Amino acid sequence: MTRYIEGFRKMDAASHFRTTLAEQGRQLAEQGRSIHLMEVCGSHTMAIARFGIRDFLPAAISLVSGPGCPVCVTDPGYIDAAITLAGQGKIIATFGDMLRVPGSRTSLAEARAAGGRVEVCYSPLTAIELARNHPETEVVFLAVGFETTIAPVVAMLDAVIRQAIDNVSLLTAFKRVPPALSALIADPEIQIDGLLCPAHVSAIIGADAYRPYAEQYGVACVVAGFEPLDILYGLQGLTQQLLENRPHVDNQYGRVVKAEGNRQAQRLMEHYLLPADASWRGLGTIPASGLVLRPEFARFDAVHRHGILPTPGRINPRCQCGEVLKGKIRPAQCPLFGVACHPDKPLGPCMVSSEGSCAADFKYARGGA
Amino acid sequence: MNDCVLLGHGGGGRLSHQLIEQEIVARFGQGPLQTLPDAATLELDSRRICFTTDSFVVHPLEFPGGNIGDLAVHGTVNDLAVSGARPRWLSLGLILEEGLPLATLRRVLDSVQRAAEQCEVAVVTGDTKVVRRGQCDGLYINTSGIGEAIPGFALSLSRVGLGDCILVSGPLGDHGAAVLSAREGFQMQNGPLSDSRPVHRLVQSVADLAADIRFMRDPTRGGLATVLNEMTAGQSYGIRIRARDLPFSPGTNALAEMLGLDLLHVASEGCLVLLCAESVAAAILARWQALPEGVDARAIGRVTDQAGRVILETAIGGQRVVDVPSGELLPRIC
Amino acid sequence: MQIVAIAENGTGTVDLDGTRYPVELMLIEDPQIGDYVLIHAGYAIEKLDIAEADARLALFESLAEIYRQETGLPVTLAAPPRQREAV
Ligand code: SF4
Repeated sequence: MTRYIEGFRKMDAASHFRTTLAEQGRQLAEQGRSIHLMEVCGSHTMAIARFGIRDFLPAAISLVSGPGCPVCVTDPGYIDAAITLAGQGKIIATFGDMLRVPGSRTSLAEARAAGGRVEVCYSPLTAIELARNHPETEVVFLAVGFETTIAPVVAMLDAVIRQAIDNVSLLTAFKRVPPALSALIADPEIQIDGLLCPAHVSAIIGADAYRPYAEQYGVACVVAGFEPLDILYGLQGLTQQLLENRPHVDNQYGRVVKAEGNRQAQRLMEHYLLPADASWRGLGTIPASGLVLRPEFARFDAVHRHGILPTPGRINPRCQCGEVLKGKIRPAQCPLFGVACHPDKPLGPCMVSSEGSCAADFKYARGGA
Repeated sequence: MNDCVLLGHGGGGRLSHQLIEQEIVARFGQGPLQTLPDAATLELDSRRICFTTDSFVVHPLEFPGGNIGDLAVHGTVNDLAVSGARPRWLSLGLILEEGLPLATLRRVLDSVQRAAEQCEVAVVTGDTKVVRRGQCDGLYINTSGIGEAIPGFALSLSRVGLGDCILVSGPLGDHGAAVLSAREGFQMQNGPLSDSRPVHRLVQSVADLAADIRFMRDPTRGGLATVLNEMTAGQSYGIRIRARDLPFSPGTNALAEMLGLDLLHVASEGCLVLLCAESVAAAILARWQALPEGVDARAIGRVTDQAGRVILETAIGGQRVVDVPSGELLPRIC
Repeated sequence: MQIVAIAENGTGTVDLDGTRYPVELMLIEDPQIGDYVLIHAGYAIEKLDIAEADARLALFESLAEIYRQETGLPVTLAAPPRQREAV
């Protein structure tokens, strides 16, 4: 198995890409061009930082981080709602990244310190375990994430229903990647020439989902895996498409991603969920960019079940997360970066999640910033 | 409830006496503890001693590869060892939660006893308190340790020079990974195994090379990244390490892949990081590799002129800054 | 990760280098023992197409070879390290 991990982390092949990317950079410079590529997904952001991939890019190719970190785009009002539920004695089951995201006033970590029951899960299945072990208590699972995470959460809900467990509900803030990308690409203020399309999200939604960006907007698209050689090859492929003025969707991650995606997961998601408008921290409301439970499953919706009314909440007005998420500025250009806002005391969500652009830049590239 | 710790076990009466006699004196009563004096009287051979203390609050109490008992011995023994001392004596402070199964307590104390024997240290004084249910998490341990300085060691970062080598004695991150997987109930087979073990023999094996050893640390909380950053903070030099030279165990690697952990941030409890002159690096590695706790020893990097910076050369030949972790170790999503 | 067992309730066990752990399989079609899968949050979310993966590895290896020839580095693959390398 090691072969399928380490085979994609080899130095010599990476050095080859260093050479070809440098050559592409020269060609771009000759044409007087510089290009902006966006890595859509937080896991790409992490891998790029962790393996030092920026190092391989010539000046003419710049790489900006996209909106693909689920906790980064979650509204503070959502955190507030979770804290309210914790205050009512419910068990909050959550992925670890959400713990330190600032709500309007406090975070879930602070709610836990104040006595709230907040349990960190690696898998949504933990919610089922918690529900079984505490039959007298309501368990609320914080259902955030993109398509990759939505599928497992819905599978968990499916198991809850099949096993007739009646004390689990979801506080949903599911987000879909394509509508957010459409909004970004349609924004004239934002220059995106190419998209490094997510690996795992694409496994669910399929590579065809990106065709409109190439066909209608002339944006180069490469679906790439999360291993460093995949990323380097993807960046080279994007640049080549742009050099040749031939933008299209190139699925370089064919070992996992099909054109149509994972039908089984899609069917399950359609069975339980409906598209709805969703609010993205920093980006505002984007039509049909969320997924909510269908009305017939309302009793598993924490909002209905516990009668709460989430509000948008209050963002620290000085935080530039919106600009960072849109790729308009690099984190280091935020005046608070590393000064008032620090991984130990994050002001904005981008500094919280290990995949948030600000945290990733702070952690791995601080010296260069 | 006879097989549980009761509040009365800490009350100073008959129950207390029984607990101390049966569980403590029975295990540690060969030396000064035999007659339970108020203080241990110790004979020193050396004029320079090292003295340290540490508290242990690990959850769960038992994890793959160890438990809180051996951890409490190794933690303190290792703090003495990396200071260039030969560990001699330990104190053992126990805080027990009412309701703790006596069987658990016995397993933990057995581990303390075994670990102390292996480390050639004597538990010479101690204390036991019982708190109400809910006031502690099963069992906490504090150990203090006294060691005698080994002549020749003059450990100081001020002696570090360009080109000096950084060595590690074994795989990184095993302890933190084992505790995390046990705490989260990942049900892994051949998953991470704690490396809770003493490093005093590793230190003693290189005592004759002490003059060229600049610094030693065990990368516990915060992992290797934290130790390397401590070594370079405010200094005129930096450190550069290479990813391909870092040793990791397969089970720990599997957990890191599964959760997206950066193993440079994960604790070890039986690993030694050593900074030395290049001239003795090979000799130190050879000595270590001859010991079971040092078979995976490696040279992982060098001292550079990039003041205060810790740089990692990644597997693919890129570079990045190695920063200290923030907050608790959590599984992440997406 | 490779599926090495599938229990009656549909839960699978996967292996990575000898380390094994449980994984839910309901998001993939027709899981079989021996399949390599991609895992997210405790669920297998897609199968790995081995032929594609091998072809891609071969491509990367040929690019590495080109690099070694161009730079005159010895055309040998480094001996596998005793421990697995990773970051
Ligand atoms: S550095 Fe902090 S305040 Fe600035 S954009 Fe990032 S998260 Fe927001």
